[in-house]
Amino acid sequence: MDRRHLLTTGAALGAASTLALPTRLLAAGAPLKVGVLLPRSGVQAGIGQDCQRGVDIAAPILKSLGLPDLEIMNGDTESKVEIARSTAEKLIGAGAQLLIGAFDSGQTTAIAQVAEQKGVPLVINIAAAPQITEQGYKFVFRNFPTAGTILSNAFEQQKAVFAQVGHAPKSVVFMHVNDTFGTAMAGGIGKVMPKFDMPYKIVETIAYDPAARDLSVEIAKAKATGAEALLCVSRLNDAILLTREMIKQRWTPQAVLSMGPGWYEDQYLKTLGKYSDGPLTFSPWYDPKKKLSQTLVAALAKKHPNVNLNTNHVFTFEALLIAADAYKRAGSADPKALAEAIRKTNITDNSSMGPGIMFNAKGQNDKVVDGTVQNVGGKQVVVQPEASATAKAIWPLPAYDKRG
Amino acid sequence: MQGRSLAFSGSHVSAQLYLNVAVSGLLTGLIYGLSALGLSVIFGVIRIVNFAHGEMMVLGMFATLVLFRALGIDPLLSLPLVAAALFAFGYVLQDLVVRRVAHLADHMQFLLMAAVAVMLISVCLMMFGPDAQGAQVSYGFDSFAIGPLLVDKVRVYAGVAALIVSGLLFAFFHYTLTGKAIRACGDNYTGARVVGLNVRRLYALTFGIGTACLGAAGAIMLLLVDVHPYLGPSYTLLAFIIVIIGGMGSLPGALLGGMLIGISEALAGVILQPSLKSAFSFGLLILVLLVRPQGLLGKVAR
Repeated sequence: MDRRHLLTTGAALGAASTLALPTRLLAAGAPLKVGVLLPRSGVQAGIGQDCQRGVDIAAPILKSLGLPDLEIMNGDTESKVEIARSTAEKLIGAGAQLLIGAFDSGQTTAIAQVAEQKGVPLVINIAAAPQITEQGYKFVFRNFPTAGTILSNAFEQQKAVFAQVGHAPKSVVFMHVNDTFGTAMAGGIGKVMPKFDMPYKIVETIAYDPAARDLSVEIAKAKATGAEALLCVSRLNDAILLTREMIKQRWTPQAVLSMGPGWYEDQYLKTLGKYSDGPLTFSPWYDPKKKLSQTLVAALAKKHPNVNLNTNHVFTFEALLIAADAYKRAGSADPKALAEAIRKTNITDNSSMGPGIMFNAKGQNDKVVDGTVQNVGGKQVVVQPEASATAKAIWPLPAYDKRG
Repeated sequence: MQGRSLAFSGSHVSAQLYLNVAVSGLLTGLIYGLSALGLSVIFGVIRIVNFAHGEMMVLGMFATLVLFRALGIDPLLSLPLVAAALFAFGYVLQDLVVRRVAHLADHMQFLLMAAVAVMLISVCLMMFGPDAQGAQVSYGFDSFAIGPLLVDKVRVYAGVAALIVSGLLFAFFHYTLTGKAIRACGDNYTGARVVGLNVRRLYALTFGIGTACLGAAGAIMLLLVDVHPYLGPSYTLLAFIIVIIGGMGSLPGALLGGMLIGISEALAGVILQPSLKSAFSFGLLILVLLVRPQGLLGKVAR
């Protein structure tokens, strides 16, 4: 070995050892840098900040489970797809070793593209568009059901509820918000519903603007159909508007069957008080009988005393749980090792419904299922599936004009 | 009439439904009209297009919410207080800021008002957070039943309040010396200065009256809609549609435009699809621009 060769080799070894240092340090106990992308401002800000509550309660729980620390790097998608993409790039540029997010399917799709391109694992907390895990991505994982699964579960559980209460509506009017999620669900209903031989017919479909300020016409039209029940896919603000109009227009259908957010959310309960009781929501939820759910309920009650645990908190927390669990098993922050560890996730003592968190070859947890939740006395009560239920469904919807 | 069905678009929609929807649309339109009056007053006199229109109304809604929560004052009773507060805000804004860009090109004025809008959104977000919040009044879920007609009590009160405020505004501009002086400034700026009117003060007064209208509209609107910081832009757009249909600068035009939009949106929701309501408003706007570009009650600019 001549002098030049020796110097080159020495320099190369030095560089290699310097580059390897961060990984070694991480393996020695440094926290994993996790970029949490949420719509913290913009039209979805309320839900983004609700998801953040799942992050707020995570650290002590993960520690009690013997999992390594996470260093949270907050990112705001501003409820916009293009900002979601650029914020994901910025977080990775700032050293994020894993991404989590982002509640909305459109924003999550953009983040998934960045994650795959940069080779940084993304664990999706909430986003139902099926195509996200149908692209053959190697670094994208989702612990949340797809729109198809949500619908199939919803129809199955509706039938279970009808059997439980001994009554089923013969007709429904279907109202849906006219955004990406609402139209995807509306399209899915046409394909999925015929497979379930439902006891009711959809007598009319009413689509409305997600930014609607007033839904009086929509409810007047729905009431005029004479349908026995209301089937809907909505968001929060429109769920409140729909309920107000039903009360004012003196229309209490047999049931409100919701297949989306809005009707179970805390703000719905607080805004409408006694009028919030009764709607049935078929949605991904937590299993109240699982130990981790009880831990989450207690932690949230301590951190945010007036907030009930919900889907947003649970699935955001579970995304962090997946990250910490994978980091522990991988023993390294190397993205490929992390992705490989996430792929082999097998967490059975989780919080959401279903047997646990495990991913198929596409990075999708296809075991996670919906729950049926009914608002009773200002709380969300699980009434289906039977194994997770803590009460029986109340049927029919108590008349709005007889609530004292 | 009850029970008689009209066949339309393959569905049976009763005349009762049309009647209920039309009345509700008319009452909502009156409130839209009141909010658009603010835009029309400011443009009609100062010739500034207020791009922060919706955000100022949202500010009025939040002010009403604070009074409701802190002191338990009904939004309709807090209307004068909120209008006065917004008047002061508008007066100061015009005299300290807007006045200084009045001589600049239109796009510079637009940018200024857009910047004010962004600042108002940020302040509201910082103070009140992103969640939608409403005032739950005791009559919030009540409705009047008149035969087959079911009319939302809140809309009736809100519509009557909008009519009263609009009436006071018309009276002010037509029967008071200050009102006439403001109109003179709008009609002939140079002439107003020549006869010795204090144009600077009158402009500030006008801007204040415009924002006071928004405060009043905000107080009324809080009875119908939950407020959140991002609500403004949609109301700015709606107000533009209304004043263009009614005629830029025309006060009766703004009220007429509001009622037209309210009724037509409501009926379009029944006859077509509810999700096409906004498209119908824009269709109406295009039609008016093609047939009568100055608006229904507007004057041709010379």
